Amino acid sequence: MENEIRMEMAALPENEGFARIAVAAFLTPLNPTVEEICDVKTAVSEAVTNAVIHAYDGQGGRIRISCRLEGDLLHMEIEDFGKGIEDVKQAMEPLFTTRADLERSGMGFAFMEAFMDGLEVESTPGKGTKVIMEKKLGNEPWVSCGE
Amino acid sequence: MQQQFEVIDHYLMIRLPEEIDHRSSSEISRRADHMILDREVSDVVFDFSDTKFMDSSGIGVLAGRHRKISCFGGKVYVIHADERIRRILRMSGLTDLVEIME
Ligand SMILES: Nc1ncnc2c1ncn2[C@@H]1O[C@H](COP(=O)(O)OP(=O)(O)O)[C@@H](O)[C@H]1O
Ligand SMILES: [Mg+2]
Repeated sequence: MENEIRMEMAALPENEGFARIAVAAFLTPLNPTVEEICDVKTAVSEAVTNAVIHAYDGQGGRIRISCRLEGDLLHMEIEDFGKGIEDVKQAMEPLFTTRADLERSGMGFAFMEAFMDGLEVESTPGKGTKVIMEKKLGNEPWVSCGE
Repeated sequence: MQQQFEVIDHYLMIRLPEEIDHRSSSEISRRADHMILDREVSDVVFDFSDTKFMDSSGIGVLAGRHRKISCFGGKVYVIHADERIRRILRMSGLTDLVEIME
């Protein structure tokens, strides 16, 4: 199946839930498992929340989300135009956070990595951040009968 | 928000909402801290019965409440967490800080 969506939204906490639901709805024609939907929703939530909290320091801005289905492969990009990340490698380490004051746990990138099959982060300080993720859906193979 | 806060003995029981994310988590922490200060609470019990979704914001809620009450000898308990929530707690190292029941 080939399909594609693009959305742009204000970087507000109110839109985090919407982004999760929109991406989940985009996947439904593929009949994903509950587990797969949950994995993708978690990854969307982490990336969008990061844009809201870190990229724009809670002051608002734009978030762009694009999803593409190529067969059973979901390709997703979540992009902001905020402050960017100085040291991406350090930012991706589990438990690393610059906002302990907001009780952030530093597990966002770790969850994206664990629940998706591929994660790449492109960031330029002062320009913004793009999180690129992939996930293969429908991994539960049908057991063929009578073989 | 449909979560409930109740103090029974010295336990603060928090029935968590369906979705624990950035938005709901700040509200949960704020209300919990208010009751921890106000009432005689020594331990906090997080009840995940209704919870269908939690991202890393939830980790901050549990770790933060643990930090607040553990210096007075209090403990954080987790009840009715499904396998997915347990996995998230394990990944974040929270299983060393909180007691997961059942
Ligand atoms: N979109 C972003 N823009 C700027 N900085 C970011 C962005 N996403 C993540 N970061 C940085 O990377 C760190 C780690 O992110 P994450 O693993 O999600 O943990 P947390 O959000 O809990 O801090 C953040 O504390 C922040 O400094
Ligand atoms: Mg994060």
